Amino acid sequence: MERRHSPLLLTILCLGIAILYLPIVVLITYSFNASPLVNVWGGFSTQWYSQLIHNRQLLQAALLSLEVAVTASSIAVILGTLAAIALVRFARFRGRLLLIAMVNAPLVMPEIITGITQLLLFVSMVQMFSWPHRGFTTIVISHVAFCTAYATVTVQSRLQSADQSLEEAAMDLGSGPARAFMEVTLPIIAPALLSSWLLNFTLSLDDLVISSFVSGPGASTLPMVIYSKVKLGVSPDINALASLIICAVGGCVIIAGYVMRRAERQRELEAFNANQAYTADHAPPG
Amino acid sequence: MKSHGRPGRWLIILPPLLFLLVFFLVPFGFALKISFAEVAARVPPFTDILTRAPDHGLQLTLSPANYQYLFSDEVYGYAYLYSLRTAFFSTLICLALGYPMAYAIARAPKSTQNILLLVIILPFWTSFLLRVYALEGIIRDNGLLNTLLLHLGLIHEPLKIMRTSLAVYLGIIYSYLPFMVLPLFATLEKLDHTLLEAAADLGSPPWRTFVDITLPLSLPGVIAGSMLVFIPAVGEFVIPSLLGGPDTLMIGRVLWDEFFGNHDWPVASAVAIAFLVLLAGPIAIYQYYNVKQAEG
Repeated sequence: MERRHSPLLLTILCLGIAILYLPIVVLITYSFNASPLVNVWGGFSTQWYSQLIHNRQLLQAALLSLEVAVTASSIAVILGTLAAIALVRFARFRGRLLLIAMVNAPLVMPEIITGITQLLLFVSMVQMFSWPHRGFTTIVISHVAFCTAYATVTVQSRLQSADQSLEEAAMDLGSGPARAFMEVTLPIIAPALLSSWLLNFTLSLDDLVISSFVSGPGASTLPMVIYSKVKLGVSPDINALASLIICAVGGCVIIAGYVMRRAERQRELEAFNANQAYTADHAPPG
Repeated sequence: MKSHGRPGRWLIILPPLLFLLVFFLVPFGFALKISFAEVAARVPPFTDILTRAPDHGLQLTLSPANYQYLFSDEVYGYAYLYSLRTAFFSTLICLALGYPMAYAIARAPKSTQNILLLVIILPFWTSFLLRVYALEGIIRDNGLLNTLLLHLGLIHEPLKIMRTSLAVYLGIIYSYLPFMVLPLFATLEKLDHTLLEAAADLGSPPWRTFVDITLPLSLPGVIAGSMLVFIPAVGEFVIPSLLGGPDTLMIGRVLWDEFFGNHDWPVASAVAIAFLVLLAGPIAIYQYYNVKQAEG
């Protein structure tokens, strides 16, 4: 749909994008400020970045957050893919509505409610089974719960648009349903698996509220440490850390998006060529 | 897929179903249970509602005291109303800002469209906490906005934005805008343009076409986007805590303080349950929309 844009629409679009990006630009600029005073520009310096390396508390928290994020997003992608297959491929089964409700509710449920209810569950579970101890395990479990929701939604939309007749063709040719899925559909939905893993990873890495409730003594994730520092006011080393995280995540997302689009084009091209070759081979003579 | 036998199907369905059941749904039951308990000086810090009676039976003691307390202390009523009001107006502003944005993106040429979408999605991927913190750099007393306005001579003393309701509004709009734009874009993109052309051919002025065709057809996107902003915004904790002041008392903050400050788990549970009851309407609308989407 290429039509003339009204100036008003364009203005609002630019304004909206400016609102989204201005704070980040300012934050990154000030992370290179030599002066520790937030309102004075004291020249360019990378001192806050080099200070980060010596902050043991931040490094430990970052390590814990990375471990949690990798574990939780990996489990969530598996559970989310299973849920997506169930919802897209099985038209009716007991608990289908419940599953739809449970994969969508975490997307809107205020984190503070999820956090408090899950903590109460864990506390009651410890009373009954003396498991799980609050810390890494409980943080991972609660992250898997909300990440599964995002993974399901992402994979589900991809699976809906995947051509099921290819899988049926594979089965007609004698392959079992599991094998047909693995060899035909899995490669098609692979980009969605990767992007949902990445999304889950960043969501888990970012979670403050739920982790604060369910974590135990000694297990502080990076957002928990950042929050307690930020609560005291603007600090230059957090500016540096925040810039690093934002740039790393932003860079990864852009690269991943680029790679996936290229892979997609490649696949389409191959399919097109195969189709052409097939047509040429089977073209009626003359 | 008929070739999937029953047992095979359940191998796929059960893991996510059971996991979410145990770790997402069942916890609400525990919160409900504990909201009827009383604070106790022990670990965990509340009484059992089920106790062994002297005649070896089980005795259920439900204490409505926590809920009575919610009604007797003004703080809770105030916080609920303040949260609902803040979330409502933030959602309206997000809609007013997000709709034209989504519309402009939907009408852009395909190549520009992908870039614009990435630009909108990117902040959603970057840390929420850090973006709220970054906003402080703009709106604090000696932040970019005040420095700029002072420099231009438009104001003579810094505007007080931090620690006010305005800061909370700005924070919510800034953080949740992508959640509004994306579902709106999804519906506007699918809009059948021949309908608009037909309306124009029949002499309908653009605003009329918009009101009669575009708006009703994009209603699912409006509802989805609004719910994705409104429901989490009501329970927002990070934004009022970092940008707000003592009078921006949102329910998320009250809950947090009740829990971490007063260590009153039963009252915190009661606040959470009452909160959930309050959100039942919007969540039901959102779920109805999802089921409809899923069933086609």
